[in-house]
Amino acid sequence: MPSPLATPPTEKSSRYSDTTEATRSLSRMRRLTLRISYAEKKDRFFRNGLLLAGLTILCLVIAIFLTLVIGSIPSFRATGIHFFWGKVWDPVTGVFGALPFLIGTLLTSFLALLISIPFSISIALFLGEYFPPGKGKNRLAGLVQEAVELIAGIPSVIYGFWGLFVLVPIVRNIETQWHVLPYGVGIFTASLILAIMIIPYAASLSREIISLVPDELKEAAYSLGATHWEVIRYIVLPYARTGIFAGILLSLGRALGETMAVTMVIGNTSAIPTSIFSPGNTLASVIANEFTEAANETYLSALIELGLVLFVVTTLIHLIGKRVIRQFSTT
Amino acid sequence: MQIVSIKRLRRRELRSKLVRSGVLFFTLLTLLPLVYILLYIVKQGIGAINWSFFVQLPKPVGESGGGIANALAGSFIIVGVATLLAVPIGIASALYLSEHSNGQLAGAIRFCVEVLVGIPSIVVGIVAYDWLVKPMGYFSALSGSVALAIMMLPIMIRSAEETLKRFPTSLREASLALGVPYYKTIIKVLLPCSLSGVLSGIILSVARIVGETAPLLFTAFGNPYLTTNILRPMQSLPLLIYNYAISPYDSWHQLAWGAALVLLIWILLLNILTRIIIRRWSVRY
Repeated sequence: MPSPLATPPTEKSSRYSDTTEATRSLSRMRRLTLRISYAEKKDRFFRNGLLLAGLTILCLVIAIFLTLVIGSIPSFRATGIHFFWGKVWDPVTGVFGALPFLIGTLLTSFLALLISIPFSISIALFLGEYFPPGKGKNRLAGLVQEAVELIAGIPSVIYGFWGLFVLVPIVRNIETQWHVLPYGVGIFTASLILAIMIIPYAASLSREIISLVPDELKEAAYSLGATHWEVIRYIVLPYARTGIFAGILLSLGRALGETMAVTMVIGNTSAIPTSIFSPGNTLASVIANEFTEAANETYLSALIELGLVLFVVTTLIHLIGKRVIRQFSTT
Repeated sequence: MQIVSIKRLRRRELRSKLVRSGVLFFTLLTLLPLVYILLYIVKQGIGAINWSFFVQLPKPVGESGGGIANALAGSFIIVGVATLLAVPIGIASALYLSEHSNGQLAGAIRFCVEVLVGIPSIVVGIVAYDWLVKPMGYFSALSGSVALAIMMLPIMIRSAEETLKRFPTSLREASLALGVPYYKTIIKVLLPCSLSGVLSGIILSVARIVGETAPLLFTAFGNPYLTTNILRPMQSLPLLIYNYAISPYDSWHQLAWGAALVLLIWILLLNILTRIIIRRWSVRY
């Protein structure tokens, strides 16, 4: 008996031998491969587009740096390295020394840091140790955190405006009582407004660091009979020390580069400040004030050189701070 | 011996409580000026705001009334153009970073993003001046937009990358296994899943730069008239606040307080929008 499989499927084979059908399926195949290669082409295009965007970021940073370097060449030719310790900044006679601004910048920033540290650390302890929001229902802590976040978003020009109308009269009163020249504006006022501005930033950074301290360590200390303060003093703070230091460093970077609020309350004089109440200028504020007025090339270039100094210093501080924090949070 | 140790224990407890109240006190003391700033701006600004405040141009000194229509329109245009410039580059590079997260080039780009975060805003202004204002010969809104776009990029990239990185490999492989091309997998699977992070990153970066003044000082420069030409100087809210705040005229201060309040509300709304987007559209894998 012949197997049913052995019988040739006459009908089907006749269909396959149909030439028009064959070419049709062949062209369908060809169209499919065409579509695939088309998709591959699009893929390559897409990948290259992403790469291009990434390279744009890379080139952007290099271009910013080069622009500043090239822009400051004329000034560097004119004044050389003396630029950094020249005590006189007099655009009219073409004498450019950056020392008054370097001193002004360092003085305001460090003073602001000094003022802000106790406040930002206590907010950080408040939110990180005493009343952690999110753990349980803590209305007050949630409110404090919301307020801190909201305040961190206020633009610097509004801080400056407020400082000009509220802080300056207050400082002027203090100055008359202390028998110093009552300018109102000056290094001290600028430091105060800077301190207010960096508190939210420093506090939220330090809070994150403090909440990273492992519970096991704290619980071990509690089980040995330590009080809450002793746990903070001997466990939390020593453990978080490097992280908090990095947070302070990052806030310093913020303070150094801060422009508008400082410009509005510092008094804008290009002399070396004699006391913390005297008016002065910072690197950022002198650029903001004089850039559009710079009449000749050397003047403009000197301002760009100040910008370069500011850029290099703040970038270094920022990168170091970030690196320390990253190391801290990975260990 | 027993008594001494109990005394000591009491003293330690007392000190702990003292520090606790000290921290509480300092925290509230810090919040005081911060909250005071907010209330002060609301108090000063609310009186300036009425219908004509939004639709009129600033009046010259001596005439009362006037509004900030030019600054409002200018801010919208400058920020809008900045967003249009920054979004394609920002999202594409965030995609690149999340797709090649361990590559050497990605490491370099991430480093550059970090540098961009730390760059002082005034320096960005100098750079935009050098790139656009100097060759063109006059201040322009476009140069301001470029400066703001540079400041938006790092914020956007970091926020978007954070979400894109969390996209599970299994979903990606499922899509690729169905024969979906790579670019379609990214556009139709990865991006929609990460929409909340990408969108909130964009809005957050807008909220950060709406109030930036320093990069606009010598790029957009300011303009007392209403203009829509982005190749010419243009007014913006922060510039108006700065210029009017340091002016000696009371009527201008009034306008500046109103503008400050409008700016604050604008930023607040953007922040609220970000939260809503994160809450509503987040995808949990």
